[in-house]
Amino acid sequence: MNYGFHVWAHLKKDLRLEWRSRDSINGMLFFSLLIVVVFSLAFDPTAVESRHISGGIVWVALLFAATTALNQSWTRELKNHVLEAQRMSPAPPSALFLGKALSNFVFVTLVELVLAPLFIVFYNLHALGQARLLWVVMPLGTWALVCNGTFFAALGLRTRNRELLLPLILFPVSIPALLGMIEATTGILAGEFDPGLWIRLLIAYNLAFTTACLLLFETALSTE
Amino acid sequence: MDRSRLLKSVAVAWFLLTLGAIVYATRLALVDAPTDALQGNIFRIFFYHVPHSMLSLVWPYVNLAASAGFLFWRRRDPLRALTADAVAIASAEVTLVYATICLATGMLWGRVEWGIWWTWDYRLTSMLVLWLLFVSYLMLRALSSTGQTKTLAAVLSIFAGIDVPIVYMSIRWWRTQHPGPVFFSSDPDAGVDKSYYPAWIANIVAWAMWGLLLMAMRYALERRRQQREQDAALKAIEDSLEFTR
Repeated sequence: MNYGFHVWAHLKKDLRLEWRSRDSINGMLFFSLLIVVVFSLAFDPTAVESRHISGGIVWVALLFAATTALNQSWTRELKNHVLEAQRMSPAPPSALFLGKALSNFVFVTLVELVLAPLFIVFYNLHALGQARLLWVVMPLGTWALVCNGTFFAALGLRTRNRELLLPLILFPVSIPALLGMIEATTGILAGEFDPGLWIRLLIAYNLAFTTACLLLFETALSTE
Repeated sequence: MDRSRLLKSVAVAWFLLTLGAIVYATRLALVDAPTDALQGNIFRIFFYHVPHSMLSLVWPYVNLAASAGFLFWRRRDPLRALTADAVAIASAEVTLVYATICLATGMLWGRVEWGIWWTWDYRLTSMLVLWLLFVSYLMLRALSSTGQTKTLAAVLSIFAGIDVPIVYMSIRWWRTQHPGPVFFSSDPDAGVDKSYYPAWIANIVAWAMWGLLLMAMRYALERRRQQREQDAALKAIEDSLEFTR
């Protein structure tokens, strides 16, 4: 019954619930695809320019897609007073947070894996910089969004206008991370500058905010 | 009450002092300070803009300290925690006012002097992000359910506090890696002629006093609101009990 066991239990639960209904993933996939298409209408993607803007577009699409799914990930805890049971159980609350954040991370990563080939197709992309670094940047960026997103979605659980509140409080706090992931991706795709600085920023951001989320989750869960 | 009468006289005295300081500082800024050789009279907006910008970077720390204090005292000393929360909301609102004035006056000045309303250089962008963070703080306070508001807002304030240095550094890197438009905002304090010093200092002091006054008044308002809330809660509890009279 150690900490890892609790995290794994929460993670399994969320993955299983999502697998049975697949609402979130399907919604996220289709939503991000729509955003990609709309952006293609907005910014005419010729091969030369597309490398500069596609980094921004992919992260904006993932940001909006993740936001739609994050609220949903907590509402399943509200049914049948499950959240009250979680609060009363002796299991560490941050394990609940970590399990849920990891499950959201898995879902958004699945969406990315489907989205990436589509992006390459729509924008005729091939990376001019070190494409292998994308395997580092994508998880780091995704975790930055998902970690804070899961936390703020939990904050907004009993507010009115819950769906509205999440983007309002998530986006300002995420601005440095968004800057980091967009700049790093653009640097890799366009090959014009070294993305190392931005990758380090993402790592620092993730460390700082994962710690903050883990430490403050119990406070957020047990308000009132 | 002796204490409340004392506080009231202190408040009135502070208000009159502040008013005097603002009048004096404005006079120095608009009349006594020599006209700038290059920019002309539009330069005088700096005596309003720069103190507000500098102070809007100070009040957030008051908010952060108060939020941390609230979380610390929440279970240990609930009444002190309420005081901390009142300071937090007061400083958040004053921050937002000062940041708004900083952005608005900066834009007005920039339009006249540079011909552009806005530029994405690091200082402006960081100030905009600070503004966004505090708007999100106030939105959270407005939209959250009553029992939870204080704690959730305190948590968000801690997040914003961690975020501010990261924002500053990241945007600075962004703007030095990619050179922005031709006009960077140069620091007006570097190489300001000594003849401007009296106006600068007077304005900074005057607007700091004003900010403290605003915060104190908002704090008092919030404390009264909290008091009313506590009284209403107590009355509801008493009414629900059955007494044989």
